[in-house]
Amino acid sequence: MAFKDAAPALTNGASVDNMGSQVFKPSANSIAHMTILAIAVLPLTVGLAVAALSRSPANTKVGVAKNQPVPFSHQHHNWELGIDCRYCHTSVEKSSYAGIPATETCMSCHSQIWTNSPLLAPIREGYASGLPVKWNKVNKVPDFVFFNHSIHVERGLNCNICHGPMQDQHITAKGNAFQMSWCLDCHRAPERYLGWNKDVAKDYPGLTPRELAFKFYWKIQTKGKGGLTQTETEIANGHYNGSDDKEEVRDGKDIVDRLGVKVQQLADCSVCHH
Amino acid sequence: MDKTPEIKKDLALQKMRAELEGKRGQEYWRTMDEVSHSPEFQAWFEDEFPNRKDLLTLDRRTLLKFAGASLALAGLSGCRGVFLPEEKLVPYVKAPEEMVPGKALFYASAVTLAGYATGVLVEQHEGRPIKLEGNPDHPASLGALGSISQAEVLNFYDPDRLETVVEKEEISTWEEFQRVLSKQLESHVATGGKGVSALFGAITSPTLGSLIGQFQKKFPAAKIYSWEPVGRSSVTAAVTSVTGKPGVPVYDFSNAKVVVSLDGDFLSNSDNPGALVYARQFSASRRVVGTSGEMSRLYSIEANSGLVGAMADHRYMVKPSQVYAAACALASALGVTAPAGEAPGALKADLAAIVKDLKAHVGHSVIVAGEHQPVEVHTIAFLMNNALGNVGKTVKFVTSPEVSAGFGTISDLAKDLSTGLVDILYISNSNPVYTAPSDLKFAENLSKAKLKISLASSVDETSKLCDWTLPLAHSLEVWGDARSFEGTATIMQPIIAPLFDGRSEMEVFSTVLGVNRGGFDLLRTFWKTSGLGAGDFEKNWRTAVHAGMIPGTASASLAMTTLLPTLPPVSPSSAGMEASFIPDSAVYDGRFANNGWLQELPRPLTKVVWDNVVTLSPADAEELKVKTDEMVKVTTDAGEIDGIVYVLPGQAKGSVTMNLGYGRTGGGTLATIGVSNGGDQGGGFSSYKLRTSKNLAFTPITAITSLNTEQHLASTQGHSPLGGSRMPDKRDILRVGTLAGFLEAVEESKKEKDDHKRQEKIEESLKIGESPTKEEIIEGNLYPEEVFEWDGDQWGMTIDMNACTGCGACVTACQAENNISVVGKEQVAKGREMHWIRLDRYYSGSDENPEVVWQPIACVHCEKAPCEPVCPVAATIHSHEGLNQMVYNRCVGTRYCSNNCPYKVRRFNYLNWSDNQAQFTNNKTPYPTRVIPGPIKEPKPQGVQLLKLLNNPDVTVRGRGVMEKCTYCVQRINEARIESKKGGRQIEEGDILTACQQSCPSEAIVFGNIANPSSKVSKLRSDPRSYLLLEELQTRPRTSHLAKLRNPNPEITPAKKREAHS
Repeated sequence: MAFKDAAPALTNGASVDNMGSQVFKPSANSIAHMTILAIAVLPLTVGLAVAALSRSPANTKVGVAKNQPVPFSHQHHNWELGIDCRYCHTSVEKSSYAGIPATETCMSCHSQIWTNSPLLAPIREGYASGLPVKWNKVNKVPDFVFFNHSIHVERGLNCNICHGPMQDQHITAKGNAFQMSWCLDCHRAPERYLGWNKDVAKDYPGLTPRELAFKFYWKIQTKGKGGLTQTETEIANGHYNGSDDKEEVRDGKDIVDRLGVKVQQLADCSVCHH
Repeated sequence: MDKTPEIKKDLALQKMRAELEGKRGQEYWRTMDEVSHSPEFQAWFEDEFPNRKDLLTLDRRTLLKFAGASLALAGLSGCRGVFLPEEKLVPYVKAPEEMVPGKALFYASAVTLAGYATGVLVEQHEGRPIKLEGNPDHPASLGALGSISQAEVLNFYDPDRLETVVEKEEISTWEEFQRVLSKQLESHVATGGKGVSALFGAITSPTLGSLIGQFQKKFPAAKIYSWEPVGRSSVTAAVTSVTGKPGVPVYDFSNAKVVVSLDGDFLSNSDNPGALVYARQFSASRRVVGTSGEMSRLYSIEANSGLVGAMADHRYMVKPSQVYAAACALASALGVTAPAGEAPGALKADLAAIVKDLKAHVGHSVIVAGEHQPVEVHTIAFLMNNALGNVGKTVKFVTSPEVSAGFGTISDLAKDLSTGLVDILYISNSNPVYTAPSDLKFAENLSKAKLKISLASSVDETSKLCDWTLPLAHSLEVWGDARSFEGTATIMQPIIAPLFDGRSEMEVFSTVLGVNRGGFDLLRTFWKTSGLGAGDFEKNWRTAVHAGMIPGTASASLAMTTLLPTLPPVSPSSAGMEASFIPDSAVYDGRFANNGWLQELPRPLTKVVWDNVVTLSPADAEELKVKTDEMVKVTTDAGEIDGIVYVLPGQAKGSVTMNLGYGRTGGGTLATIGVSNGGDQGGGFSSYKLRTSKNLAFTPITAITSLNTEQHLASTQGHSPLGGSRMPDKRDILRVGTLAGFLEAVEESKKEKDDHKRQEKIEESLKIGESPTKEEIIEGNLYPEEVFEWDGDQWGMTIDMNACTGCGACVTACQAENNISVVGKEQVAKGREMHWIRLDRYYSGSDENPEVVWQPIACVHCEKAPCEPVCPVAATIHSHEGLNQMVYNRCVGTRYCSNNCPYKVRRFNYLNWSDNQAQFTNNKTPYPTRVIPGPIKEPKPQGVQLLKLLNNPDVTVRGRGVMEKCTYCVQRINEARIESKKGGRQIEEGDILTACQQSCPSEAIVFGNIANPSSKVSKLRSDPRSYLLLEELQTRPRTSHLAKLRNPNPEITPAKKREAHS
């Protein structure tokens, strides 16, 4: 503004040459304003952008299928053929690791069917040579996190709750980002997550939550996705973020009490970090 | 550093004595420096990084630049957890049946030390052995395991291990070796093997023994020798003299009420192969539970300070040569026919009382001589035991488990070598060039053999002079067998396929025999015909391998037949000084010198790491005008060595202890660190240079002269002070009493009606320091008054200072379990050692013969932890189960917590030791890179990678800039919790053993749930001896300590102390 006001005064007698001695051109005004604005806004924007980026699939790889030496399809094996998760992931109920099947497990069927499929060549070669197939890791937590599959399954958490719609996945992709706040959602309020299996339990009375977690896939098989409750649909589609349904939360609370889960303790640091 | 601070050092010693004068027994002190409290010490104490050579010095501008850059980069470090690297999943091709990924498997096996086996359970994760634990069923372990045995797993991953067959610095193959050897042997067949010789260490392996037998049959003129630098030849000879057969004594301390030790360390693994069991029995015989209990009494007559002396109720110091005189005097007083000898020093006055005590406990006493003692001391000890009716009760003799007992000696070998009688010499797992007595000039004589073959785990001093060096496999990767100290045999099973091209001793010897057979085959052939053959062999074999031992294989007992063996006369005490050669409690005879865990394990009394020292008594140091850290030249008839002085309170006057095992010139990066770094990083001196075949145990010293230079030692005892810099500390840190005083106080307390008063009365009898009254404590309390309560398991620990022998097994167990880094001498000197548990050594009384109390201390998990409120990022906070958690991924390294910790148990990772393992990367010695024949080239780069395999996968490997400390083995708690939840039950007593607790031979550490009133730990916490460290600070520690008790003979007038108090 200052420059504009001064302009008429300059035409009234002062030499035009004096314009040359003017330090700042009128455009400097806008540059200054923009700079001040940028200083205020840019770090915030960059910060937000980095935060958004780090949480976006570009970084977390959620839903991004990863190339594998053999294009294994969970959808085909689990959904179409109805093979139980535990046929391959043998230690999921016993150990911290779910277990990646040995080449021999693949060959238990593929020595009989699709024996000439070029897609399966790495499996056959590995089995013959004794060298393992090197799969690309899809799900991973940092080294300072100690996650245990067996206790989560024991409490009745279905695979899909963390891993997304496994029965629909052609090439496996990550179902969740596995960031700490996401873990804590359940560790702070497990009752919101444990009551999902009430409807499955009706069909299979007397089964433990651990067994119901796997029976859920059989329910989808038999009743189809149309025959599921709201929560079950969410789990089947891999979008489950805990239930706010009063009844389910109450059921979850029952399970928490019955199993003696000490909820406060679940969020202690050393439960996962040691 | 050329300086002669003579005046100062005299003053320091005098000042210290003045401080201690008149306060004897009342107060405890840790280092002489703390007591004398010189200005130098104060400066050292106040320095944040003491003993630094240089710390980065920066001007302000540069500092700000760095600070700015660090700030800018600090944000990026947060991204490490967000951007995860791409990784591969590599499953099995054929999954092993019993293997569940993520679950540890335990295999029974054994590790040997100088031939003797200790049963272990090997923890194996996905095929990698990561930790050794004691096998509770094994008679030499009972579940405990010493530091040396535990560190075997680090030896297994030693990057300096020899990988392949080497012929004169060229890589070769086993086939080539076999071809050359059989050709050479063929030419000796005609003469029955004349000129063919083999040298072994001590062998207890029955299978290897039978192979040697076959060899002797095939080559009757061949000669077999055995050399063990700290072997049991003298004790075996002594047993032979009284029983007529080569044997060894086995003691039973559980029934002993009176124990007399003759300069030995039956509590230390480096001295006695039965030490773990003896420590268990001994501590049990001194266990006081609640308000009642009996304690055995321990007298120690010794020239060298060790664990036994530290535990002793009465300790007498004699010169090494006078141990025999003392033993003879004791024997004569007991009525045993013995050469005339006079009890030296203070022992003379107390001899009658000791004899009376012994005679009052006929059949319930033990007289035990140190393993290194000469034959006559052992013999006289046996005669005394016999006279006291102990033989058959607390002492028995069994056939020696060693098959090598009848082999030729190292002197025979040296003689045969020098006279040219040896054509082919095969050296199996022995390093005579370094360890042989110096008068034998072994290196020189060795060159006279035509073909020299060495089977060794690394390129050691002997291998360097041999034509062929063969890689010895580690016992964790091959089949083997061995006997324990009492004879029980163990089949040692491999846990992993051999990492390199190594073979076991028995496999290689079968090659020498001309048949190339695997260890599995050899073992089964042998055991099928002896021991396991009766009935179903396959079943017996599997049972034996699974159990980790073969029951019923203990050695046969021997009866005493000769009661009047010839004994040499007592030599009169000389005026000069004498040096003892004692195996180092960590690196032993030098074979573990390349093991970082052992190098950095503080030696029990000196707390010195990475070096051996010339220990001098304060009186001798004063006379010689030398002080700790000063270099001296020690001269004997055999030669001279330059060593570093350590002035050790309680060292016998006139006696110098020189540990063996240092000053190595081969054997790996750490073993030769003194050669490559000129002593700054440790390395010590080789006391073998002064050790002759005549003087294996001790030798007279001609002169000790100061070199007027200094070489700084790294001793950890001054670190992590609980109190201020001023010692003796008057606070209530240690509680020590006598059994009699304690029981008296218990009696007296019964008069009190009030429970609280009763407890106070008992506590009074154990208190040494001053602590504020309960009212004062409450008034001065800085913390919120409410106590955290939560309905669930609450973890706590008790440490019984009365049981602790100070051996240090817990330190190594913790190191192995929790991936604790080795930092090197220079860093330890700066106070940067990383051990989560330490053993504080406190002295009381004069510097001449102080009493010792061990105080193991790790994080005590304060309920109101001072470390927590000062952390700006909440990286250390409490769990509901009462753990003071350390969250590594949150820690930003301010170190405020450590500053505010009154117990000084927090450790800070300054230099990323876990990744760098710097001491392994600057290797200058060439060694094989590949197993393809050809010349050896560059040092191999994969050493650090190899060590990574050792890490416990259940514990985070901490990086630089992160604080760490004891977690109560939270990974074990978590595992037990998950397993109990899956089983639908509560965590039960015994489900969780912390690593330190598990390894402890004397069961001093108890861990458990203090919320459960019937748990062992709850009961011990309410024991009258239980007290909380620095209770006045109101931090409410979860670890409580139990007071130390002594059991002095009331008839022996204490030279000082105790009476004034009580």
